[in-house]
Formats: sequence, structure tokens, C-alpha cells
Amino acid sequence: MSPTGWSAMRAGLQSCGSCGLVSRPAADEDFGRCPRCDEALAFRKPASLQRTWAYVIAAAICYIPANVLPVLTTATATGTESDTILQGVVLLWSPTGWPLSLIVLIASIMIPSAKILALGYLLISVQRGSIKNNEQRLRLYRTVEFIGRWSMVDVFVDTFTAALIQLQPLMSVEPGPGLFFFAAVVVLTMLAAESFDPRLIWDATNSSEVANG
Amino acid sequence: MYSYVYNQPLDDPSIIACPHCDLLQRLPELAPGAAARCARCNEELWCRREDSLNRTLALSTAAALLYLVANSVPMLGLTIVGREASTTVIGGAAHLWAEGRETVAALVLVTAVVAPALQIAFMLAITLGARRERSPRWTGVLLRYYRTIRTWSMIEVMMLGVLVAIIKIADYATVIPGVALFMLGTLVFLLAAIQVSFDPREVWNRIEWAEAGAQPHAVDDTSAAEASS
Repeated sequence: MSPTGWSAMRAGLQSCGSCGLVSRPAADEDFGRCPRCDEALAFRKPASLQRTWAYVIAAAICYIPANVLPVLTTATATGTESDTILQGVVLLWSPTGWPLSLIVLIASIMIPSAKILALGYLLISVQRGSIKNNEQRLRLYRTVEFIGRWSMVDVFVDTFTAALIQLQPLMSVEPGPGLFFFAAVVVLTMLAAESFDPRLIWDATNSSEVANG
Repeated sequence: MYSYVYNQPLDDPSIIACPHCDLLQRLPELAPGAAARCARCNEELWCRREDSLNRTLALSTAAALLYLVANSVPMLGLTIVGREASTTVIGGAAHLWAEGRETVAALVLVTAVVAPALQIAFMLAITLGARRERSPRWTGVLLRYYRTIRTWSMIEVMMLGVLVAIIKIADYATVIPGVALFMLGTLVFLLAAIQVSFDPREVWNRIEWAEAGAQPHAVDDTSAAEASS
């Protein structure tokens, strides 16, 4: 038996997500443990699609208040002003400050929405048993996984702006209710990427190869 | 759902499955600095690092010292019409907490303070443990959790956030960069250097197995690594 062109699952083997050791589960036992590092093993991450859907849907719901509610409230001698993420981007836009404004726009608005859409596309394509564009879909997944953390930028910007500008009664900045929902979107999309099993992208191809001989 | 039955390892330890597409393949012997990629999806399967344990230990020690100082001195200050204010990283999280944003404060604390500390501490312990003649079991336990901790350690993202905040604040006040700001900037590069000097496969090869009976007796990889160094 040559293992070339075989997936580990088709060969009845499980590879450890932690240490990479390939091992054979005991007879009629789908969930074993890695003999080297003691990690719980499975052929695929258990309930990967359901858990990823749950996180993606929760992130999509939180995305709305994250963009509608203010993330920063600025109190000055003349009055109080609340800014949403988008208003923050507009405020930052100036002849010299536009690159930073662009960073916030990309990290806070474009990346989170692109992540939700990309994960939704990956989930649907896997559920429909797609065998097309496997490499591109995997590349999309890697991008989502790699880029997700950078959405946290806005949380840090608002944290340190609010911590520093405490000059009552002259001017003070406080975090707004939108910040919680925005942080929730970032965390939920990161958890979604983590619970998605990229090997599912290839499984339809693997089984169609079996069917064709 | 998970059982406590150990799986049976394969006779040939060079057979691995790609973590991204599950293709079974044989991992070739690599020279230090060389990398092997998946034949189907091009995922990097292994990059053998030169003198991995010693270099990672040195970098982690430097990172630990920088981290301790960076979190004990002010990071950012400002002056406006004769008034001054300054904050540390922890101070930023503490302010959020005081304002009633406890969840976000906890998230900032975890991603900017707790996770980086654990990341550096784990790496120190892993490299120290793996350098021993017989790597103790806890080295593997720490390495198992290391991946998760790394995901949530976001010093580099925080630095970008701080830079944006500086530009924002510069419109109203004079910003005074603190010592910690430069230390955190250096720490970003140190953590990246740890990432490219560390070779988890080398540690896994040296480790005492969870199921001691299944461990191959001849530990060829360690002797091979020692012979080549």
C-alpha cells in the first residue's frame, strides 16, 4: 500500500494538531489520544462546521451595534461628542494623517466584514461539497487566520486614547458602548477561524478520487 | 466524547499528514535552514532551524527582561497647558475597567499583558526543558498550550494601536513617548525572532512520550541532531 495521494483520514490515520504525530486509532474508537503529547485526537475537528457557523453568526450580529454605537465619547468644556468607528476614521482623515486613517478603516471596518463573508463562503462551499478552487479557498482561509488579530488595533487605540486624555474639566475621553461589541466581533471571528477545519475543504476532492478509483 | 485510549504510532516517524489538507507524505531529512512544503497545498510542513534551542533561549531571556521593564515604566505621556498625564500598558486596561468596560479591559489585559508574559515564560521553560538529556513531560504540555497563547498575544497589534493613538492625541497635546514604548517596539522584533528561531519538531523529537511504552527506543533524531551540531 502506497500512501501517496491518500489523506490520513482515508488511510484510517489521525494526525495530532499539536505535535504532528500520525497515529492509528484503536479499533472502533474514533476519538483517541496522541501517544506522544496526550492531545485529544479526531479525524476532523469535532462539529467544526456547526461551531464555526455559531461564531460567524454571533459575530455578524455584534457587527451591527459595533458600527452603530459610539466607541469613544469626548467631553470638552463646550459639550459632549460621541464617535462611532467610521466617524473616528473621518476625524483622523487629514492631509498628513490619512495613512493612519486608512489603517483604522482597513483594520476596523473592512477586515471584520471581509472575515465574516469569507468564513461564510468557506462554510457554504464545504457544505455543498465543492471540489473547485481548493487552493484558492485554502489561501483565503490562511489569510483570514493570519489577518484576524489586526482588527484589535482599534480597541488598543481607544483604550490608550481614553487612558491618556483625562484632563477634566478641559477635555476627557471615555470608551463608549460600541467598543464592547467591536471587541466581541474580533474575538468571535478569531474563534470562528480557529474552529474551522481547513482539511474539510479537501474532503470532497478526496472522496471523489475514491469514487473514481 | 473523547476517550482516554492512546492511538498506535506508525513504525515510520517520517510519515506525516499536512495539517491544512490532510495529505499523507514522507518528510525528508532537511539541512538546517531548509524547509519542506506540502506536495498538494504548499503549506510549510517543517522548517529546520539552525541551533534552535540555544538561540530561542537567548532571545527569550532578552524578551523576558525587556518585558519586565516595559511593564513597570510609563509608556506614553502628554502635556497640555501645563498639565501632565502618563500611562502604562496596565494603566490603560485599568482605566477601561474603572469606566465600567470590564470585558474590554480584561481583553486588553489578556492580549497585551498576560498572554505575552505567558508566551515568554513558556518559551523559556520549553527551551530549558528540551535542552536536558531527557526532556521532561511538562515540556510537551507547555508546548501544546503555546500555540493558543501565541494566538492571543498581540504586542505587535498593540504597538500599531499606540502609534495611531499618538497621532490622534498629537492634535490636542504634546505627546511624550515613554521608555516602555521603545522597549515594547524592540520586544515586537524579539518575539518575531523567537518565532523564526524556534523549531517545535526538534522539541517533540526529544520529548518523553505520554504513553511511555509506545515511544521508539532508538531516538535517532536526537543523536542525528547532536552529530550534526
